Amino acid sequence: MTEMVHGTVPVRAGEPVLPRWWRTIDKWALVAVFVLFGIGLLLGLAASVPLAERNALPPYYYVQRQMVFGLTAMGVMLAVSMLNPAEVRRMGVLLFLAAFVALALLPFLGTDFGKGAVRWYSLGFGSFQPSEFLKPGLVVLAAWLVAASQDVNGPPGKALSFALTLIVVTLLVLQPDFGQAMLVMFGWGVVYFVSGAPWVLIATVITMIVFGGIVAYNGSEHFARRIDGFLTPEIDPRSQLGYATNAIQEGGFFGVGVGEGQVKWQLPDAHTDFIIAVAAEEYGLMLVLLIIALYGLITVRSLLRLTRERDPFIRLAGAGLAAMLGVQAMINMGVAVRLMPAKGMTLPLVSYGGSSVIAAGIGLGMLLALTRTRPQGQIGDFLFHRARG
Amino acid sequence: MMIRTPLRPLARILQARASGLNPDTIEAENRRQRSEALRDRARAGAEGRLWLLAGVFVLAFATIGGRMAVLAAADPAEPRSATAGAEIRAQRADLTDRHGRVLATNLVTHSLYAQPRDMVDPARAARELARIFPDIDAAALERRLTDGRSFLWIRRKLSPEQMQAVHEIGDPGLLFGPREMRLYPNGRLAAHVLGGASFGDEGVHSAEVIGTAGIEKALDDRLRDPAHAGQPVALSLDLTVQAAVEEVLGAGMTMMNAKGAAAILMEAATGEILALSSLPDFDPNDRPQPPTQGDPADSPLFNRAVQGLYELGSTFKIFAAAQALDLGLVNPETLVDASAPMTFGRHKIKEFQNKNYGPQLSVTDIIVKSSNVGTARLALQIGAVRQQAFLKSLGLFDPTPVELVEAPRARPLIPARWVDIVTITTSYGHGMSASPLHLAAAYAAIANGGVAVRPTLLHGGPHAPGPRVMSEQTARQAVSMLRDVVAREEGTANLAEVPGYAVAGKTGTADKPNPRGGYYDDKVINTFASVFPAHDPKYVLIVTLDEPVENTGTEPRRTAGWTAVPVAAEIIRRTAPLLGLRPAIEPRGPDALTLTAN
Repeated sequence: MTEMVHGTVPVRAGEPVLPRWWRTIDKWALVAVFVLFGIGLLLGLAASVPLAERNALPPYYYVQRQMVFGLTAMGVMLAVSMLNPAEVRRMGVLLFLAAFVALALLPFLGTDFGKGAVRWYSLGFGSFQPSEFLKPGLVVLAAWLVAASQDVNGPPGKALSFALTLIVVTLLVLQPDFGQAMLVMFGWGVVYFVSGAPWVLIATVITMIVFGGIVAYNGSEHFARRIDGFLTPEIDPRSQLGYATNAIQEGGFFGVGVGEGQVKWQLPDAHTDFIIAVAAEEYGLMLVLLIIALYGLITVRSLLRLTRERDPFIRLAGAGLAAMLGVQAMINMGVAVRLMPAKGMTLPLVSYGGSSVIAAGIGLGMLLALTRTRPQGQIGDFLFHRARG
Repeated sequence: MMIRTPLRPLARILQARASGLNPDTIEAENRRQRSEALRDRARAGAEGRLWLLAGVFVLAFATIGGRMAVLAAADPAEPRSATAGAEIRAQRADLTDRHGRVLATNLVTHSLYAQPRDMVDPARAARELARIFPDIDAAALERRLTDGRSFLWIRRKLSPEQMQAVHEIGDPGLLFGPREMRLYPNGRLAAHVLGGASFGDEGVHSAEVIGTAGIEKALDDRLRDPAHAGQPVALSLDLTVQAAVEEVLGAGMTMMNAKGAAAILMEAATGEILALSSLPDFDPNDRPQPPTQGDPADSPLFNRAVQGLYELGSTFKIFAAAQALDLGLVNPETLVDASAPMTFGRHKIKEFQNKNYGPQLSVTDIIVKSSNVGTARLALQIGAVRQQAFLKSLGLFDPTPVELVEAPRARPLIPARWVDIVTITTSYGHGMSASPLHLAAAYAAIANGGVAVRPTLLHGGPHAPGPRVMSEQTARQAVSMLRDVVAREEGTANLAEVPGYAVAGKTGTADKPNPRGGYYDDKVINTFASVFPAHDPKYVLIVTLDEPVENTGTEPRRTAGWTAVPVAAEIIRRTAPLLGLRPAIEPRGPDALTLTAN
């Protein structure tokens, strides 16, 4: 009776977990994730050697570490992708709460590793950056709240989630970590946009951003100088961007050859923020285009799979997670080719970094769990003539 | 098969109640349908938005891929400095005097900076640098070299010897950047005109040189304009004359115990300034910082000749006399009531040391003896409106247009309300303040035959003749009166007689205003405004001394006749030959004949 009323088709009772997982998972995206992770290890072989040498460690020390962290991350991802949406939601909320507490306690217990911003906990064997874990958690929580607000007599979820996001953004800006703050804000924006933000509001916000940008450009010399520096066609060859541009040009279409690259010796952040430059130099445009295609594949496929989704929570959370992943990759690569002003941001899955890769694993696991094919009640529509438009 | 659903949900519930069914199930069914409808509408709306989002991502990734491809397809250029275009050249134009002698030029030198990452031994380098530059603290420098920064300026300018010494330290992290610096080879000469220059935007490869004061700042755009690259700007100054003026003025200032002095030598016909000096001065190669305390007018940076606004005293009397002549109210021999003191309303106009030149003085004698009362009578005849118009036409009401950045801010201090007593006091130079340069321009108009001039520091520019402010005859009569001030035994400036150069001029002694109100009775500004040679006036010389006192007599003397006049005479004696003036026997005019007959 329940099934008849609610229009769900009974899943095959007693179907084993793994076959059902395999049948419903987005296999293309799964493969793309593994390939990206493999590329990350491959690039790590080249890019992290100079770092290891600087720190007087065995040359492949960081590759080994990345291997351990990466395999853990893959395991976490697979496990998370087997959860059902309700479990994803619970896990996401708990993850958010834990990461939020960790984030709030950073000023008291965190460390800055001499980089001027308190973003990490030092755990002895590695470091842990709460904001990486906070991002997927916040998107899930926001999606839950916004979805609930769409129910009849639902709570004011949009306002609540916006307030939460603002608190998180404030904490991040205080660190300061503008890049993550921007990403978090963007994640919430996507959730709100997909949930049906009024076009008038969107237009207003865009106008205000453009207008604010013009005001800032005319009003603040510092800001204007940075924008001018970004807009000038000439690059100082001794800046990070100069080295990155040169590396991409040196690489050409097929690269200078494995291990032959120079940029990894010149850039302090070659293994994280500028890993795409290493890829471009040693393997050429081919690998770069492959990387871009893989990120595009994961993001766009996930978004399109979600168009069929009826459950608002799944749709919103999935869209938020997919968009956040895509944007992070986009910003990282956009900086290297000077489409965007310099902003330190890692390339998810590919860049070196313990907590970053595990957090990416959790996020991707959630995304894969949410984009699994599940019955959408089409049969019910058909049977009961409820199909609309 | 049609299920008819009533439009109003309540209707079914009422029906159900009537037939004894449970209304709650129907209500639940209603709610389910509503939320399902909502959900489907949301999904349909979201579908479009998700497609849009996906489209944006495809576009963005395609853009990045395309940009990567463009970059990869471009040939790798040899890495070159982004500032390659801005190599060091003699970018700023030179300044020369009217004969092409250099007043300001550029010198290529080097700056010293460090890239601590490339340094071999920062501690040793810091020690060695401290040895070369004694004002560097070795410990502090070492701390800054080792605190992890990647770049550090150490010195803006190096001498070749210092550069060699730094070379010999031999540290690869110590680097030199070319620098163009502004050099004033004549040191303190014409310091206030030149002003000074400093570095603007600085980079490793070059730094822009910008003017900070004086003509360097006023003409900054012209001097840096690449369109005029290499073409020097010729100033109207004459280096030799300027040097002589400064030397004599400096000596005179010491001798007269003055705390400051200023002199301006101007060509009467064109308004070109041949020499402009203000003491105390400074070295523009090493321009001092502006003082943070005390009166800025006491700083060596203060240009007394242009920025200093003073009550110029009796030097103004000639304006009243000239205007009265020009208006036809009087002629030089007209007798004017000069009994002192003169009572005007509540005010009493007195003469210097309460003398009385009355009962009557000729207009010439009013000027020669510097009678306040006589001038006041002339001013009252002229009236306030005509007086203001005349002074304005001489440029005494507006900032001077000279090419110095300080000039536009030196606006003469004019009383807000021009009541009759102001007409009187202004006629003998009290109550309104102007700069010595204003006075020079106004005297030039008298000297050149009655045409207003624009004071300028640029040589050979287009000198459009200014508007006529008085008739030629008036101007000639005024100069002749001024000549009598010097030539006649009882004239206040008889010490200014320089044989052969026929000096004409008028003294002015003004009490200095006390900032707490009223005037000091022992602090004066002495001015001598002169014109020479009187039979064919070519040059105007203004000499101003600040708080002079002449102590050779039995009591201290503070009148201009004893202080500024001898200094001006010495300046003329020294500079007239340099200006190419031939000493001449003064032609005797009809006036002079009358005088001899007297």
